[in-house]
Amino acid sequence: MMLAETSVLELFLDNFVVFVLAMFVGFEVISKVPPILHTPLTSGANAISGITIVGSLVMAGSEPTLSKVLGFVAIVCAMTNVVGGYLVTNRMLKMFKKR
Amino acid sequence: MTQTLPRLTGIMAQAPEPGFAWHLSEDTRLALVSLVYLVAAALFIFGLKRMSHPRTARSGNLTSSLGMLLAIVVTLLDRAIVSYTVIAAGVIVGSIIGATIALRVRMTAMPQMVGFLNGSGGLASAVVAFAEFSNLPADPRLDTLISVLLAVLIGMVTFTGSMVAYGKLEGWKIRGVALSSPITFRMQHWLNLLLGLVVIALGTLVTLHSTGAAAVTMAVGIVLISALLGVLLVIPIGGADMPVVICLLNSYSGLAAMTTGFVLDNRCLIITGSLVGASGIILTKIMCKAMNRSLINVVAGGFGTGDLAPGAVPAPGGEVIVRRMDAEEAAMVLEGVSSVIIVPGYGMAVAQAQHAVADLAAMLAKRGVNVRFGIHPVAGRMPGHMNILLAEANVPYELLHDLEINSEFDQCDVALVIGANDVVNPAARHNKSSPIYGMPILDVDKARTVMVCKRSLNPGFAGIENELFTRENTVMLFGDAKTVVGNIVKELTGQGGAQ
Repeated sequence: MMLAETSVLELFLDNFVVFVLAMFVGFEVISKVPPILHTPLTSGANAISGITIVGSLVMAGSEPTLSKVLGFVAIVCAMTNVVGGYLVTNRMLKMFKKR
Repeated sequence: MTQTLPRLTGIMAQAPEPGFAWHLSEDTRLALVSLVYLVAAALFIFGLKRMSHPRTARSGNLTSSLGMLLAIVVTLLDRAIVSYTVIAAGVIVGSIIGATIALRVRMTAMPQMVGFLNGSGGLASAVVAFAEFSNLPADPRLDTLISVLLAVLIGMVTFTGSMVAYGKLEGWKIRGVALSSPITFRMQHWLNLLLGLVVIALGTLVTLHSTGAAAVTMAVGIVLISALLGVLLVIPIGGADMPVVICLLNSYSGLAAMTTGFVLDNRCLIITGSLVGASGIILTKIMCKAMNRSLINVVAGGFGTGDLAPGAVPAPGGEVIVRRMDAEEAAMVLEGVSSVIIVPGYGMAVAQAQHAVADLAAMLAKRGVNVRFGIHPVAGRMPGHMNILLAEANVPYELLHDLEINSEFDQCDVALVIGANDVVNPAARHNKSSPIYGMPILDVDKARTVMVCKRSLNPGFAGIENELFTRENTVMLFGDAKTVVGNIVKELTGQGGAQ
């Protein structure tokens, strides 16, 4: 192992702390969304889950052919999710009008 | 020490080996990438926060998309990227597909759309994790290995589960059987449990022998079983329970991205995936509460008979007296009222009647009638489905009310139910033997007159008779919602006589 045992554990624990805190932030922010906006919230959050594009980009840009192929597939899927999600959410939100 | 370093991406990328000529600039690059990822995460949080009001929601969505753009651009600076050709090709193809379907989809097809996009996000996470697995060093970190397997599992379940949900919502049929009805078979839950155990067993084996052809074979096995599991978990769930499924899958797609973040030690992915995971969990909870059912009960599936084919009229048991009205009579009643509450359901979406309903509401409002909408949280096939359709038809959002409108029904002249059934069944309040007993409903029966626009006396998804239809203050307007409501509008404008 290149990394000392403790540093791996620390790295994992740091990641875990970030995960737990982010879940709390998510609960806090989203529980205030009113029912009329539940569909745009779902599709907007859906677009955000396309963040996995970040992993796909590095994968597709790296050397091994298998990584390139899988990375390409992942980028296409993630980009469809991101672009489709944001555009359709925007389309819906544009429709909400006041009296 | 010739062993290759585990390739890390993103903010936790490994410090370069001492002696690297570009040591300093690498540090600067890392700091830059980390900070930009932090800004992106903050933009996602701000964006989601602004989703809590219709006035700010649109700019919230833009804020969040800006965060995504930043995250993508800064990732392109990653040292591990040697070529941009494949990246450019993927980005262009994905963007074209996403933009095309987003701009073309009908508002009534929004649940399918969200299901489809969910699935593609899940697949992306699973593929990234699997590719990472094939690149793992000989002696990988245990947490990375476990995260890889979890990301593959969650990602594949999200993908195939979402595709089944898509098929159910799109109304696909397999050998004449509607996919939207619950598909159950004996020992189904035991099979799922068995498959889950096989995944755990394979995962443990892979963890013990992390490299070599055998490990890759087992990982492929996990991919295939996870895919099967996704299908099996969604097929027993009936069409009307889809709001829960959509929320749950939404949550899974976030959790898949979050797990991929653990794989890549990328905190931007961890934070962002968690936000989406939390959002899906909250919505799932709200949907379950609105049906007074536990998540386990919904996920176990088999609830009700699913959607009956439109027009198939089952014999109403015994002599049931049902009062009917046609559009002309309904228009006459509506001419003399001062308050109306419209309660739409999935039937309005199926009949694409939202514009006719909005016309009727606008016309009544012009005559000084107090018109409002009462919308049940699980009306339709996804959370907020009815609100989107009515917004599309230019109904101002101030008129759209939740269950809080229940206190208003007893002072209301007419409750107009359009294609809703179980969510207005009074049996939920008093009949302890009813499958929907205890479910919060819209108390339309308390209105002076209840008009129910429906194709037939079909029971709803719960497969139960609705006593509302035989009540003394209820009248039925049989027919297609769009036609019936359109005819009422014509009568009210005085064109009806010319027909």
